[in-house]
Amino acid sequence: MAGSSTPQPGSTPRSEFAAGMRDTIPMVLGAIPFGIIYGALAVTSGMTPAGAEAMSAFVFAGSSQFIAVGLVAQHVSILFIVVTTFVVNLRHALYSATLGPYLKRVPQRYLIPMGFMLTDETFVIVVKRFEERGSQPYGRWYYLGSALLMYANWQLCTVVGIVAGQTIPDPEQWGLDFAAMVTFGGMVVSMLRNRSTALAVIVAGLVAALAFPLPNRLGLMLAALAGVTAGMIGKAIFKEREPEPEMFRIDDAWASGPTEETAL
Amino acid sequence: MNEILLIGGMALVTFLIRYPALALAGKVEMPKRVFEALRYVAPAVLAAIIAPAVLLPGNHAIQTTADFIPLAAIIVTGLAMWRTKNLTVTIIVGMAVFMGLRALIPQPALP
Repeated sequence: MAGSSTPQPGSTPRSEFAAGMRDTIPMVLGAIPFGIIYGALAVTSGMTPAGAEAMSAFVFAGSSQFIAVGLVAQHVSILFIVVTTFVVNLRHALYSATLGPYLKRVPQRYLIPMGFMLTDETFVIVVKRFEERGSQPYGRWYYLGSALLMYANWQLCTVVGIVAGQTIPDPEQWGLDFAAMVTFGGMVVSMLRNRSTALAVIVAGLVAALAFPLPNRLGLMLAALAGVTAGMIGKAIFKEREPEPEMFRIDDAWASGPTEETAL
Repeated sequence: MNEILLIGGMALVTFLIRYPALALAGKVEMPKRVFEALRYVAPAVLAAIIAPAVLLPGNHAIQTTADFIPLAAIIVTGLAMWRTKNLTVTIIVGMAVFMGLRALIPQPALP
């Protein structure tokens, strides 16, 4: 568990990339129905098939894509949809802030595609790995393995949905979209490592439900902030002490690791 | 609807949310307390995504028997993860319960 951040023996870019893919497979299972339903919904909302797929390829942010095509169906202005997308995706800023400290020495040419492909699923899988192992010389390859698998799956599922959407009515009625909730539910349980985390989960859940009527999914952001605050208060109340975060000892781990040049 | 403008705008704002904090990671030292607080982000956001879906099915508080299905399924999912510690098994169990209950209990007509 959290503790030493010495490089794992025998890890290579290839092995880390494969591990990132492997660990993300359950997340892919949860995302498959979501992607198919998105594709079906997009074409029934008035997007062209090319536009529906292009949105998956260039935006690559599931929940905001759902909301956007819903708004397209209601003939809302482009500016309003873009602003809505911004608010809905704001949680990703918290994700990159969380992952950033583990990726200090990664060159920008990697960080650009990594930022572009950041999703709920990849964040959850990667942050778990980084918290357990600390900053690793090949951590970026783990991230890229996870992100590229999610990306490829999302494109494939979108195409399937676009084709299916023209033949099958009411794709939302199947109930398969609940797979994403089940996946996330399992991940939450796997993250309950102490009492303050449980408190953060309970407070975030309650605030999300109470604030759900707010527009643009603002309740989600509010709930995340409330949960983080509750977690910090809980940490103080329960007097929890944790091992020094790995990133503050990052230099020891990297000293024996490869340099940027040889790590390629 | 100009799809190029729409998708371009969405792609731009989304990237500008996701990338900057990664780009700054190596240049700005994050205070330890902020880092500790960010450890709660993942569980909090996941809980915030799930809660409305299971507590407010169909955008209203639970009222009918059928409305309890998402909540029941997510509770079983949580127990399955706690016992098996295997996410794939947990997803299969959770979806089996969800789809099974939906098949058994009559669903209210969608609006």
